[in-house]
Amino acid sequence: MTTKTIAGKTVQVNEEGFMTAPAEWTKDIAVEIAKEEGIAELTPAHWKVIEFCRQDAAASGKTPTLRRITAGAGVTTKELFALFPKGPAKKVARISGLGKPEGCV
Amino acid sequence: MAEENRKVAFICSKGDLDMAYPALVMGWAALGNGIDVTIFFTFWGMDMIRKTRQDHLELAPVANTSMKLSMMGIKADNAGIPNIMGMLPGMTAFATKLMKDKMAKLQVPPIGEYLQMLVDGGAKLYACKMSVDMFDLKKEDFVDGVIDIVTASDFMDMVEGAQVIFI
Repeated sequence: MTTKTIAGKTVQVNEEGFMTAPAEWTKDIAVEIAKEEGIAELTPAHWKVIEFCRQDAAASGKTPTLRRITAGAGVTTKELFALFPKGPAKKVARISGLGKPEGCV
Repeated sequence: MAEENRKVAFICSKGDLDMAYPALVMGWAALGNGIDVTIFFTFWGMDMIRKTRQDHLELAPVANTSMKLSMMGIKADNAGIPNIMGMLPGMTAFATKLMKDKMAKLQVPPIGEYLQMLVDGGAKLYACKMSVDMFDLKKEDFVDGVIDIVTASDFMDMVEGAQVIFI
């Protein structure tokens, strides 16, 4: 297990760069990772998705899949791909401080 | 210059319910990982994009050697459904319903909805010109996400640099 300093805080990450301890996540970290992923600013629409993912993962113990996000967070597939362009599945998970989504839909 | 994005293209040639899923599942995974997706529908695969057909794809038990009783939840991996039974009226509908129920249980959407998700995620859909002519179809027969009817040669141009998967 390696560690990485994001937004001034040292957190645990796996070899693919996903945070492994969701409790270490903060909103500042989300902003910082978003920048790394090419999203300059997190808007309220981004936060709605991120907060849903955090809550859903805390409740189920699993990172939500894209379909679960669209169904649960009240965003359409088009909106989700526009908010997190070029690979929303991994981007949303990384920014939310969660592991790679398990499941195929 | 921006780095060239990874591209994957699927050729869907089958219209059976079970053969419709591979491109949808892999295509959706690709889009989720930021990979460009193009899908070319040819022959029976065009059923996946035909308005009147896409939600009526079926799974036939006849001549399907993998169709075993375990489909019905009976734990006997090698006990088959005799072909003669598969021929009985209603058996195809029965097998289809079993598979659809299993998919629904896994929260996998029906074909039409699934394909629309891919379109919304940026997948580009095309129908094969020769197949369209053979089956006497028109662009209006296809669902909205289908961009155009193209030739095999057009497809080859489109998928330059892509990984191509034939299903």
